[in-house]
Amino acid sequence: MAAQSKKVLYGLYNDEEELKGAIKTANAQHLNIMDVFTPFPVHGLDPILGLKESRLHIMGFIYGSIGALFAFLAMTWIFTSDWPIVFGGKPYWSVPAFIPIVFENTVLYSAWGMTITFYTICGMWPGVKAKTLDNRITDDKFCLAFDVTDSNDSEVKELQGFFTKTGAAEVNVKTM
Amino acid sequence: MSQPVAPVRHVLIEGNKSYHNITEDLCSPTEKAPSREWIVVFALSTAFVGLYVFAIVWTVWKGIGSWNLNRTINWGWDITNFVWWIGIGHAGTLISAILLLFRQRWRTGVNRAAEAMTIFAVICAGQFPIFHMGRVWMAMFTIPFPNTRGPLWTNFNSPLLWDIFAISTYFSVSVLFWYTGLVPDLATIRDRATGFRRKMYDLFSFGWTGSAKHWQRHESLSLVLAGLSTPLVLSVHTIVSFDFATSVIPGWHTTIFPPYFVAGAVFSGFAMVQTLMIITRKVLNLQEYITINHIESMNKVIVLTGTIVGVAYLTELFVAWYSGYIYEQFAFYNRVFGPYWWSYFGMMFCNVVSPQLFWSRSIRRSVAWTFFMSIIINIGMWFERFVIIPTTLARDFLPSSWSLYSPTWVEISMFLGTMGVFFFCYLVFTRVAPVVAVAEVKAILKVAGDQYIGPKAKKAHGHAQSEPAPKQEEEKL
Repeated sequence: MAAQSKKVLYGLYNDEEELKGAIKTANAQHLNIMDVFTPFPVHGLDPILGLKESRLHIMGFIYGSIGALFAFLAMTWIFTSDWPIVFGGKPYWSVPAFIPIVFENTVLYSAWGMTITFYTICGMWPGVKAKTLDNRITDDKFCLAFDVTDSNDSEVKELQGFFTKTGAAEVNVKTM
Repeated sequence: MSQPVAPVRHVLIEGNKSYHNITEDLCSPTEKAPSREWIVVFALSTAFVGLYVFAIVWTVWKGIGSWNLNRTINWGWDITNFVWWIGIGHAGTLISAILLLFRQRWRTGVNRAAEAMTIFAVICAGQFPIFHMGRVWMAMFTIPFPNTRGPLWTNFNSPLLWDIFAISTYFSVSVLFWYTGLVPDLATIRDRATGFRRKMYDLFSFGWTGSAKHWQRHESLSLVLAGLSTPLVLSVHTIVSFDFATSVIPGWHTTIFPPYFVAGAVFSGFAMVQTLMIITRKVLNLQEYITINHIESMNKVIVLTGTIVGVAYLTELFVAWYSGYIYEQFAFYNRVFGPYWWSYFGMMFCNVVSPQLFWSRSIRRSVAWTFFMSIIINIGMWFERFVIIPTTLARDFLPSSWSLYSPTWVEISMFLGTMGVFFFCYLVFTRVAPVVAVAEVKAILKVAGDQYIGPKAKKAHGHAQSEPAPKQEEEKL
């Protein structure tokens, strides 16, 4: 689906504490924050942005369970019905010997499943063009962005005033 | 408000760095032309890669007969090297996963390079069992898949098959963990680059933007991958030790093997990390990111694991004597006083005696000593595997089939060749990606930077919980 072009007003802060302060001010003024971009994971952002805890780890558990079940059932089927072989007089269904492979498969499925899910839900894949607002966001700038596609001039002015008040080092508009 | 800082907290980033300085220092090595040292070492490693290819072609063409293995000693340098490399490949995941769970901040300085090292070491390790199969084109038969051979399945009860699962899982999960951590840093390089380089980094950074939600998921993913990798890394060397421990060979058939192998793996892995990081920090000028405090922390791990290994050696000897089982007793007598006595004493000296020097703080904090010791430990850990494998096999149950073993030039070339492969990969890595995790170092700047903590601190400690009005903070200073 072709993304519609969006007009984004964003401010760059020099410090994560300034950014956090600005987010709190924005919340108090009921401004609708589009997104926040930082060069590293800033702790304490999630609650003030109202981000719910990621459910990725639940998926990790589900993938891991699938891996464990698959390994266990496959070995059970192979050793008891598809091609039963006696190894050293042991029973066909030698469950303790299945533990290492069941474990490895659990980890394998969980890790791959979660990683693939992570990239998919973030919309990240090789060749995806990054919708970067500013090159310095991955360096040392902390960015707070508002969607101003449908805003009128006075609303934009108000937001610019907000940025000046909260100590943004730079304020820019970008269409993307 | 500045909060008290725990006195145990070390300065991990020196030089009064700003976020931009960190980006600049860590990304610029990938942007400049390679130094002369880099080119020389790269050329040398490439030559060894050539030697490796030659040895492999020779082995496949002539067969395993070109190695000096015989009916008695059927595992020689190949499996010794395999276990040695796999052991080295344990430090990366230990640093990045276990130390992440323990919230050890010093991991950020070395984790990226150590994980890369892990991956390259596992690649090197994998070569030996694969080519030891002889008819290497049959290697895929180790993978259980529905087939037209009977259907013939693999033996899921065999530790050798568990090894296939453990090492391939370990390799692929390590790659995922490493690369996912690398993506934000590749995006940092991307945003500094222009032209073709920008296009390439655009491709490899997967469109990373640094959005808050993405960071949240990224952290969640890293934490769970760390949680998964922790038992995984312990399982890998445990299963490698099962290759020996589940056999009926005296000297191998011991229950102490799994913890002893894991401790040894961590020990040798950290030694290799020290070897590489001491060179890297010097050549790439990263002394302010990989500080003496980092080196000291790793030396503490080395003295701990070295001592565990020492206890394991002595326990083995005691249990062999205490077992009252003559074959077990002979196996250990033979290790210590048999034809390969020099490798046993080399192992004892390098792994148990020499690391005890690290009880001294000044030696622990000396770069030259650490580098020297890391080489000694690498040699010692190679001896350990040699002691366990050919020494034990050389004197088996039947004195008529006792034998001795020394490697041919093919085996030696293959081993030296994998070192070439290892350094080749590592050197390429230092040219294309930051060797220190850029985003992670920035994240700890305010709790570990020397302008915030330690004797040179100029600014308030970064953990201000209350809403900071920046101007007020400046006034307080």
